[in-house]
Amino acid sequence: MAEHTSSGGPTLEEGGETRRDFLYLATGAMAAAGTVIAIWPFIDFMNPSRDVLALSTADVDLSPIEVGQAITVTWRGKPVFVRRRTAVEIESAANVNLADLPDPQPDSARVKKPEWLIQIGICTHLGCIPLGQRPGDPRGDYGGWFCPCHGSHYDTSGRIRKGPAPRNLDLPPYQFVDDGRIRIG
Amino acid sequence: MRGKLMAGAAAFLFALSANPAWAVEQSRPAAQDWSFSGVFGVFDRAAQQRGFQVYQQVCAACHSLKLVHYRDLAALGYADDEVKAFAAGKEVQDGPNDAGEMFTRPALPSDHFVSPFANAQVARAANNGALPPDLSLITKARKGGADYLYALLVGYADPPEGMELMEGMSYNPYFAGRQIAMPPPLAEGAVEFADGTPATVEQMAADVTTFLAWASEPDLEERKRLGIKVILFLLVLTGLLYASKRKVWSDLH
Amino acid sequence: MSAPQWKNPIVRWIDYRMPIFTLIHHDLVDYPTPRNLNYWWNFGSLAGFLLVVMIVTGVMLAMHYTPHVDLAFVSVERIMRDVNYGWLIRYLHMNGGSMFFLVVYIHVFRGLYYGSYKAPRELLWMLGVVILILMMATAFMGYVLPWGQMSFWAATVITNLFSAFPVVGESVVHWLWGGFSVDNPTLNRFFSLHYLLPFVIFGLVFLHLWALHTHKSNNPLGIDVKGPQDTIPFHPYYTAKDMFGMAVLLLVYLAFVFFAPNFFTEPDNYIPADPMVTPHQIVPEWYLLPFYAILRAVPNKLGGVVLMFASILILFVLPWLDTSKVKSARFRPIYKQLFWILVVDCIALGWVGANRPEGVYIVIGRIATAYYFVHFLILVPLVGWLERPRPLPESIGAPVLGGGGAAVGATPKPMEKA
Repeated sequence: MAEHTSSGGPTLEEGGETRRDFLYLATGAMAAAGTVIAIWPFIDFMNPSRDVLALSTADVDLSPIEVGQAITVTWRGKPVFVRRRTAVEIESAANVNLADLPDPQPDSARVKKPEWLIQIGICTHLGCIPLGQRPGDPRGDYGGWFCPCHGSHYDTSGRIRKGPAPRNLDLPPYQFVDDGRIRIG
Repeated sequence: MRGKLMAGAAAFLFALSANPAWAVEQSRPAAQDWSFSGVFGVFDRAAQQRGFQVYQQVCAACHSLKLVHYRDLAALGYADDEVKAFAAGKEVQDGPNDAGEMFTRPALPSDHFVSPFANAQVARAANNGALPPDLSLITKARKGGADYLYALLVGYADPPEGMELMEGMSYNPYFAGRQIAMPPPLAEGAVEFADGTPATVEQMAADVTTFLAWASEPDLEERKRLGIKVILFLLVLTGLLYASKRKVWSDLH
Repeated sequence: MSAPQWKNPIVRWIDYRMPIFTLIHHDLVDYPTPRNLNYWWNFGSLAGFLLVVMIVTGVMLAMHYTPHVDLAFVSVERIMRDVNYGWLIRYLHMNGGSMFFLVVYIHVFRGLYYGSYKAPRELLWMLGVVILILMMATAFMGYVLPWGQMSFWAATVITNLFSAFPVVGESVVHWLWGGFSVDNPTLNRFFSLHYLLPFVIFGLVFLHLWALHTHKSNNPLGIDVKGPQDTIPFHPYYTAKDMFGMAVLLLVYLAFVFFAPNFFTEPDNYIPADPMVTPHQIVPEWYLLPFYAILRAVPNKLGGVVLMFASILILFVLPWLDTSKVKSARFRPIYKQLFWILVVDCIALGWVGANRPEGVYIVIGRIATAYYFVHFLILVPLVGWLERPRPLPESIGAPVLGGGGAAVGATPKPMEKA
């Protein structure tokens, strides 16, 4: 609005020019600011809604899981791998030279109790669900999980060892309600 | 022509607001002074909490509140623990579990208010064939809104002479047809308010109306708060745009 | 008005291959506009603005809405209660519909008053009528989507209109429903069409503008532009004026959204649809009330339906019904009176439509319906012949010859007292 076209516009009076420009500038700035602010509700509209956020905890009963078994539970619409590791698996997870890892992290930082490994079962590469939960599944070269989409290998601590995935499997926030139950979220 | 325009606009608004004269006999509810009416009105928290108590102890026996979650009660000023406790007081069906069976568990804050009846048929069977309506939108879903609800709750009276009430019906001049299947729900002292307010029928009716008005329009406070800011902003912007328009056009003189 | 020389090389590169900047310059910047347009000419751009608002809010709502009879009502309430700013977007859409019709009706009556439908703008006018009809269809189907009591019964009643047609009526209604009553298939197709039609309207708006820019805007004097002294460039004059008008519209619109969001709706639509219980009274949204009144004015079912459709279709032939060569009602003393009577007549029809068809409402409804058709079919052609128009001014820019008010004023003077 602040510009004048050369064609129909009669000449400006000299004195009024600055005041006029300021008025146009203020109006334009305010209209622009208002428009930008008005966009926020439309963006926020697409964010997770209150009912989705409210469903952010899941309780898991650990008692039926035998040593060496794994189950998959759902939390926030995502699979969570709960594995009760064997002594061998715990040991092989602990005895790793951290320097060899693409994403160095000691096993102790990935578990609350060594027996229970709880992680989000989504490959950090492009979001597939790695194999290795069921007895017949391929577990990759490191005895943990293997993502069939692009061949990422995870070890018994869920750390990335080989393949295109950039990070170890993510860990959900959880706590032990008692010895036999955890609450995820 | 301005005069005509104004008259036209007035006639137009009249046409919009004209209450269609419906032949169903019904008294007009009197307007009450609600904490939440007007441009700046917000819900009275204490009244909301008392009203919630009335709903829980009286209305909830028959009326569901399906669209409201226990977690929503945080808006009434309850702490998380209190909300959890309210929810845990009810059982909901969940499942199937690993054995493939349905089971019940205490409700969680994320659950909807548990309905008193499993379905409409059970509700009708238990209520003499009448279906107690869900109250989630009650003040929005009735002409007169909160005023109507309040008038209805305190409006029970003896039928005028010569009026035959049907079996199991009560006389209430504010209800369409003047006969209502709901027996007078509120009696003096029906609840004991946690804050010590005397539980008169009028007090309980006003409080539960406030609570249900909130249940119908939980957005009300945020809406008005944002609205005031937006309107003030627009007033300034409109003034500036008008000034700019005048400046632009001043060239033409 | 030759093509501007673009300085920016990228703009020049694009413009040489696809002259979009030249097009914008011609149609929104340099575009020669009569210098005497008054505020009634704001409503076209306001309608365009509201169309965009409706499409944007509608596309957003569709992201959270579920078109299923068991879930539609709850999904709308979920938007209202749980989705971030859901109440705002939903109320913007709901009240936006009312504002859209309000603005468009004013736009239509402006056209009637100033004779904007006359040659060479007949096609422009007819495209406008098509847009209006599509708006009504879209609004009706949108009203069904929340699946409240009014949604359901409006859908039932309106679709049943088609059963009035002999022989094929029933088959047509079953075809519309996709079943033997209004049910899930009906809701699904209404959702699909409600999403589609606004984009069709959007396309028609472009045709409407194309036709408009071919012969340029009419003006309050209704006389042709004689030369450059009669026009001013669209920008900055009318851009500034349109922006101001938009801000005023937003004030009214948002006042409803934030402080009386349910002013235009029926409480019954907050009761979930129940195919077994009809509400005590069914009324359409306010903007359809006049047509509803015409429908009910005729005791015969088919007659009512035919008359209702005719009341809109008659607008298509209006350019040929009006025999007067003078466009603006300013210079047509008798037509001006008729115009205002028509306005009152339409308001009366709306008022009758809001009330139960009994007693005095039937009588008023019939008189008002009859007058509506008499106006267009008899009075308009007749007055065109009989009326002696006042002398027209020489040109828009030049001083006016007798009568007719000031034409030169930059700030448009209010139309003189009718």
